[in-house]
Amino acid sequence: MSTQLLTRPVADDAPGATLPRVMRSEWTKLFSVRSTAWTLLALVISTVGLGVLACWGTNHGWSQMSSAERAKFDPVSTSLTGLALGQLAIAVLGTLVISAEYSTGGIRTTLTAVPRRLQLLTAKAIVFTAVAFVVGLLTSFVAFFAGQPWFSQRGIGATLGDPGVLRAVIGGGLYVAASGLFGMAMGVLLRRTAGAVTAAVAAMLVLPGLTNVLPGGWGAAVVRYFTSNAGQQISYVHQSGNYLTPWVGFGVYCLWWAVPLAFGAWLMRRRDA
Amino acid sequence: MIERAVMIEVRDLTKRFGDTTAVDNLSFQVGPGVVTGFLGPNGAGKSTTMRMILGLDRPTSGTALVHGRPYTQARSPMREVGALLDAKDVNGGRSARSYLLSLAQSNGIPPRRVDEVLDLVGLQTVAKKRIKGFSLGMSQRLGIAAAMLGDPQVLLFDEPVNGLDPEGIQWIRQFMKSLAAEGRTVFVSSHLMSEMALTADHLVVIGRGRLIADVSTADFIAGGSTNHVRVRSPQQGDLAELFQARGIQAAPVDGYLEVRDASCEQVGELAAQNRITIYELFQEKASLEEAFMELTRDSVEYHAPAPGSTSPPGGFTSRTSEGAAR
Repeated sequence: MSTQLLTRPVADDAPGATLPRVMRSEWTKLFSVRSTAWTLLALVISTVGLGVLACWGTNHGWSQMSSAERAKFDPVSTSLTGLALGQLAIAVLGTLVISAEYSTGGIRTTLTAVPRRLQLLTAKAIVFTAVAFVVGLLTSFVAFFAGQPWFSQRGIGATLGDPGVLRAVIGGGLYVAASGLFGMAMGVLLRRTAGAVTAAVAAMLVLPGLTNVLPGGWGAAVVRYFTSNAGQQISYVHQSGNYLTPWVGFGVYCLWWAVPLAFGAWLMRRRDA
Repeated sequence: MIERAVMIEVRDLTKRFGDTTAVDNLSFQVGPGVVTGFLGPNGAGKSTTMRMILGLDRPTSGTALVHGRPYTQARSPMREVGALLDAKDVNGGRSARSYLLSLAQSNGIPPRRVDEVLDLVGLQTVAKKRIKGFSLGMSQRLGIAAAMLGDPQVLLFDEPVNGLDPEGIQWIRQFMKSLAAEGRTVFVSSHLMSEMALTADHLVVIGRGRLIADVSTADFIAGGSTNHVRVRSPQQGDLAELFQARGIQAAPVDGYLEVRDASCEQVGELAAQNRITIYELFQEKASLEEAFMELTRDSVEYHAPAPGSTSPPGGFTSRTSEGAAR
């Protein structure tokens, strides 16, 4: 063996792990495990199914509703009622994108191939957000079109051309993506599937309802700014004065995932894998 | 004279987990063209050191460099380093092929390379099966396939023979040697001296996170041999008394009399002078395991009590490895 071979600097400086390549890899990973199909299916079925049920029920009970209740009626948000469950399905998938790596130990193989942790996290976030938004958007449109026939026979339904309706239906897709990112942020922070899913369910489903018991002006402020209370405004056409406007609400909701995700990214750089 | 390139350099590396010091001011270098064994008892800090080399664990202090820089700064990670740490460190939910494909894609490695490495380790027939159902031996092969995807110059294997059948063990030994013969750097850990004696040309021996020896395997084995002689005789008791009278230690072992620090000539002549019959007389060769245990005895983290001993099991020893042979 020659001296040449032994002393040859062999570090390969051709870029290997670029962001587009890591994204491609994450795409393959996302769609090569069954949990992805199951959670996306759960998102579609629960959102559309519960939406249709809510529309049917509202239509059925219309004659017993008071005029005040009728004034608050929002045909779009009623058909998107199922997002309350669908958001959990996508949050579980968002969690799994991170926590499955840690629970299986696969993170060590992944980080050996892609040692730059923020590059890995960025690739995961981009790929997952794109998938969550596209599936969420389709789900939102399907739920809308599946729900409206119950109302149109009474003449109380909405069409995409009505003011605010298109924004609300697209907003349903945005809300799904943001909810998924909230789950992902919990995954990065907690690294355990069970803990992260519990945190997501608590923050997005259980606690928002409980904030209503808080008294006074500050209590009302907490209600207004709390996770899904703020975020769901993007999918409403009829805004209540107690809540934030659609885009401000959605912006606040994005802070709810962005801040923990940024903190989680900072931790991810420091912690042992 | 051939100047050896340094492919892996560990400098003053320390890792503490709370009060436990897993790696303690460790320094060594690993060069190409040979298999370097990373030897130490269980819990000596081998895996932790390997994880720090790969940038998976952050050192408390010190540095670990691959190709002269931290691995986390590698531009083309899989072409520089291939590693097999724990074979079960994979998401079992996906197939072997999609697992390897996802790794290849992350570094821009063409998909045909996936089939090549599947061939290399003999997993073509189960490529579409989910990893969950793989035996430990199959998982090891899959881990080796993953490590070889980028055709890297540096390879790290953590206890690669664990869980392999004899045929698999034979295969990986040959494989590591051939990788080194190609001029690659092969750094392989084991807690079994006998395994390292068969594969490694050079040894980095650690105990309790500290460096005990950084020597060629041949020197390590030579350094561990003893000067004891064994003798078998019908008058073993008489013989023992003769030695003891001359201040030479002798004790019965396995039906022989073991005479410490003596030569066959000494023993033979003494026996002849005293008209003692000898059936068998030979120089005792310390086994590799004994050499290794001798060297690391003071640095094994947990000692089981000797059979029949009354000391509590798992007693934490307070002896240190200071002064151990270098």
